[in-house]
Amino acid sequence: MRLSRNLKLIFYALIFYLFIFLTHRFQILINDYLLHIINVSLIYVILTVSLNLINGFTGQFSIGHMGFAAVGAYISGILTTLIWKIQPNSIYNYILFIIAMIIGGISAMVIGYLIGLPTLRLRGDYLAIVTLGFGEIIRTIINNVDYVGGPRGLLGIPKFSNFTIIFVITLISVIVMRNIVYSTHGRAFKSIREDQIASELVGVNTTKYKVMIFTIGSFFAGIAGALLCHLLQIAHPTQFGFMGTILVLVMVYAGGMGSISGSIIAAFGLTFMSEGLRLVLRQLDEMTPTISIGIEWRMVVYSLLLILIMLFRTEGLMGKRELKILVPEEEER
Amino acid sequence: MEKIFNLQQLINGIQLGSIYALISLGYTMVYGIVRLINFAHGDFFMIGAFAAYFTVVLSSAKGLNIPVFLVFLISMASGAGVAALANQVAYKPLRYKPRLSALITAIGVSMFIEYIFSALPFIGPSYRAFPNNQLIKSKIFEFGTFTLSNYAIIDVLVSIGLMLFLTYLVKYTKVGKAMRAVSQDKDAAKLMGIDIEKIIMITFIVGGAFAGAAGILTGISYPRIFPYMGILPGLKAFIAAVLGGIGNIPGAMLGSYIMGISETFATSYNSLLGEGIAFAILIIVLIFRPQGLLGETIAEKV
Repeated sequence: MRLSRNLKLIFYALIFYLFIFLTHRFQILINDYLLHIINVSLIYVILTVSLNLINGFTGQFSIGHMGFAAVGAYISGILTTLIWKIQPNSIYNYILFIIAMIIGGISAMVIGYLIGLPTLRLRGDYLAIVTLGFGEIIRTIINNVDYVGGPRGLLGIPKFSNFTIIFVITLISVIVMRNIVYSTHGRAFKSIREDQIASELVGVNTTKYKVMIFTIGSFFAGIAGALLCHLLQIAHPTQFGFMGTILVLVMVYAGGMGSISGSIIAAFGLTFMSEGLRLVLRQLDEMTPTISIGIEWRMVVYSLLLILIMLFRTEGLMGKRELKILVPEEEER
Repeated sequence: MEKIFNLQQLINGIQLGSIYALISLGYTMVYGIVRLINFAHGDFFMIGAFAAYFTVVLSSAKGLNIPVFLVFLISMASGAGVAALANQVAYKPLRYKPRLSALITAIGVSMFIEYIFSALPFIGPSYRAFPNNQLIKSKIFEFGTFTLSNYAIIDVLVSIGLMLFLTYLVKYTKVGKAMRAVSQDKDAAKLMGIDIEKIIMITFIVGGAFAGAAGILTGISYPRIFPYMGILPGLKAFIAAVLGGIGNIPGAMLGSYIMGISETFATSYNSLLGEGIAFAILIIVLIFRPQGLLGETIAEKV
């Protein structure tokens, strides 16, 4: 019997899930630390793919993605921590958490719409600067509102995100975003990237589609933010600053603009590399007692990587290619 | 009482606006010529401040007394040098690639400069006090209703001097003519025998030097420097350039003064408002006059 490709994708995902889950359960290969890194990587997969929808597939340039993640994180965190005061002890509370997460995603989406609408009417680099400014505004607001902890961050968030929830939501998000890319709308997004004037001439409402993709991307960023803060049990303003967005940007461009599989590979690869660098830097620091080698070098390596990728492999690791498993059968030529 | 208060804030605003003007001129010139938002421009500004800091600290440790003029030159030269280096290494190879890639590289360069500064052990991420009294003695003139420090006078005079120099350079010299030609039409300029890369390099050098001068002026007036000091002023200067009409030199000056003055007034009202006013201005400009105050609408070419 030939399985359809979607079923195959879910089948492979299930194998991956069972492998990680069981090896962690019996502590064979994967300890808690590794599982945590895998969880973070999965969340970064959502962030990277959703930013890739905006930057890679539609050719717009948003650099405030973590601002939307912050909205999702804080809204859901406030709901679960301060208003409902729920703890993860029953299935019922997990359902409440999912609701809080969706509310967080929708709030990020609404804000994305409000920001996108005036900005995306314009051509050029305005989106970059507006989203950058938006990230700063969000950070300023969070820093100044004492109800959510101000510069201390929102503390005491219950740990709702476990591997199962993160995995399922990542899988659903990636499939949904994949389907968006390969839908009729997806063709419109790609046509805007290739040539905005030409796509306008054949009747694509470019503003509508740009706002649409920006809103969708913000929604998934909000979801990812909610998952992240319920994993780390803290939502902190600096976590969602410009640096956070840069990490996601590097992942998008390292993986390839316009390649979902590239984004997934880059999200895993760079999260693991970043943790590896932490260990390497600590080793180096211990080896040289006179000079202290700080963790800041991690960001130096990151930014250097971004420059080098752009200079020597502008199209990223995967370019616009996809792994076959992510392409729907009817798309194949 | 209310009125006196406002006059003081106006002076502070003009002082801040002069510094923004120096930064945003570099932004707007680079954008006008290569159509690149050079995110690293705020970091050239930071480098200018640090160059002045190290010059003053090291020379006073050796007992030397360096004239202020020379410190200014060192700041401007280091800003210009880093700008030229960034252009040569990071932007030039991407000149004919999609514009987005140069923009991302600019972000990379900006992050690289910031983090290498905070990672290097002799600089570090912490705040440092700028030795402004060592460089120029602070004097405050009382005018009854308001006060005027000599720093404010220096800021305004230096920036106006540099702006006059820039106007002269762009309007009355051959290089300036070439700059204007390149910003209008690169290909035609090339056909006329203009060395485009050389003109772009000169633009970066002038922009970097201005940013360096802004850095030392900031160090003198607001004596606290750190590796990330360039991010926010850089952003605000960019918004000022957008407000005035990006690519337009008088527009950048006008936008910067509007920006500085509105920011000091908003901050005197509420500090949260002061932090957000720049972005509020940006969004209002984008909604009502996206080409900026002095910008012209350019028809889209196919």
